[in-house]
Amino acid sequence: MAKIEAKTGNEAMAEAMRQINPDVVAAYPITPATEIAQIFASFVADGLVDTEFVAVESEHSAMSATIGAAVAGGRAMTATSSQGLALMYEMLPIASGLRLPIVMPEVNRALSAPINIHCDHSDTMAARDFGWIHIFSENSQEAYDNVIQAIKIAEDKNIRLPAMVTTDGFIISHCMEKIELIDDKAVKEYIGSYKCDHPLLDIDHPVTVGAIDLQDYYFEHKRPIAEAIKAAKDVIIEVGKDFGKRFGRSYGLFEEYKIDGAEAVIIALGSTCGTAKAVVDGMRDSGKKVGLLKLRVFRPFPYQELSIALSRAKCVAVLDRCDSYSSTGGPLFVEVRSALYDLKEKPAVIDYIYGLGGRDIKMEEIEKIFLESLSVAKSGKVVDLVNYTGVRE
Amino acid sequence: MAELKGWRELPEGDILPAGTAKEFETGDWRILRPVWHEGKCTQCLQCWFHCPDSAITVDPSTSKMTGFDYKHCKGCGICAKICPTKPDKAITMEKER
Repeated sequence: MAKIEAKTGNEAMAEAMRQINPDVVAAYPITPATEIAQIFASFVADGLVDTEFVAVESEHSAMSATIGAAVAGGRAMTATSSQGLALMYEMLPIASGLRLPIVMPEVNRALSAPINIHCDHSDTMAARDFGWIHIFSENSQEAYDNVIQAIKIAEDKNIRLPAMVTTDGFIISHCMEKIELIDDKAVKEYIGSYKCDHPLLDIDHPVTVGAIDLQDYYFEHKRPIAEAIKAAKDVIIEVGKDFGKRFGRSYGLFEEYKIDGAEAVIIALGSTCGTAKAVVDGMRDSGKKVGLLKLRVFRPFPYQELSIALSRAKCVAVLDRCDSYSSTGGPLFVEVRSALYDLKEKPAVIDYIYGLGGRDIKMEEIEKIFLESLSVAKSGKVVDLVNYTGVRE
Repeated sequence: MAELKGWRELPEGDILPAGTAKEFETGDWRILRPVWHEGKCTQCLQCWFHCPDSAITVDPSTSKMTGFDYKHCKGCGICAKICPTKPDKAITMEKER
């Protein structure tokens, strides 16, 4: 029987790590992700895992040590947030370039300045082009399930790419919810053992890792990453289905919530989707044709699948919990707009940048976005392409 | 130089067999070449210790120096500089032909 427990997002992710029982975890504390490594370290101290825990002096070192452990042939993990992730940026494309299936819980938090410890997505969005798989979680349950699935996805023979699984800082990381845990043995069986193809520690078959590649070979070593991230889409779908069959909770690239017949659809990431679902329910009850598309997988970006799912909407409102300061909207907005470009009849696409630095998004604000989108759906006229919601003028 | 490979033929993740530097011949960069005067050599192996390119050849059965690997020697002259024999050195640098 499945075990029901109350866990915060951080506790849920640490619990998943305990069940995964990685060979090495190297981590450095950073709010609001600190607890993940802290709780995991207590598992190590209590002898509940076989993991070698490396307490390092920075996130740069955390990712470096994790990469080193993965190159050596181990299953290696770490966890971080915000500035910590930013300090890892130098190492992130090395993990993907060496095709290391590192799985990293990441708690989304705003980037400085001004210094802030609360949720927005600017940290992982800045890391979107480093060849990592990005999976967002709406709640603790998803965070737990996603970390376990990420091991299967990242370690797939045809993928071998690192993956980060995110939760929204404090909103999910510190919010206690009821979650269903999988039996330890079942997780162990499900993820199986990891076998690195060319471990550096195999002294009978010595290898060189990370050699210099100049004009003649660099391109050829980067090109397969594009192929692997493309292939990851099918693997994520398969893993999500299989997970559902085994444990009763299925996952896809995104979740469609009442978008059948919806004229206005909000697309969003993470915890906001939970709030948006409640708004959709209320508005549907009063006859408004609204729906939500909760994007779970940001990398690989499901261009084709999204364009099919959103093709019948008349207006798509993109909720971006970060600005990319491009002058034309946030990162999710540009990707969604580009995904819909080839449709013959395109819905209008509007951007709503919201929630920077942990600013709450209220149900009334989401309802207002829906109402504005419905009026765009009716008139076909977009007033403001990029909007800032919840900021004082 | 072997024909350049396409991305589908390459091992995943820039992970290569070790020791392939041997196949990359760097001896043609040389301007000066080391010359060994066997009669003056005391087999102290200082040159072998110091050579940055492992280009001093040694017979593994006798552990004695046998000369140079000119395919990899870049002619830096460290061996000639370090050679302790007096008054004449057992290794001297001469202009590459």
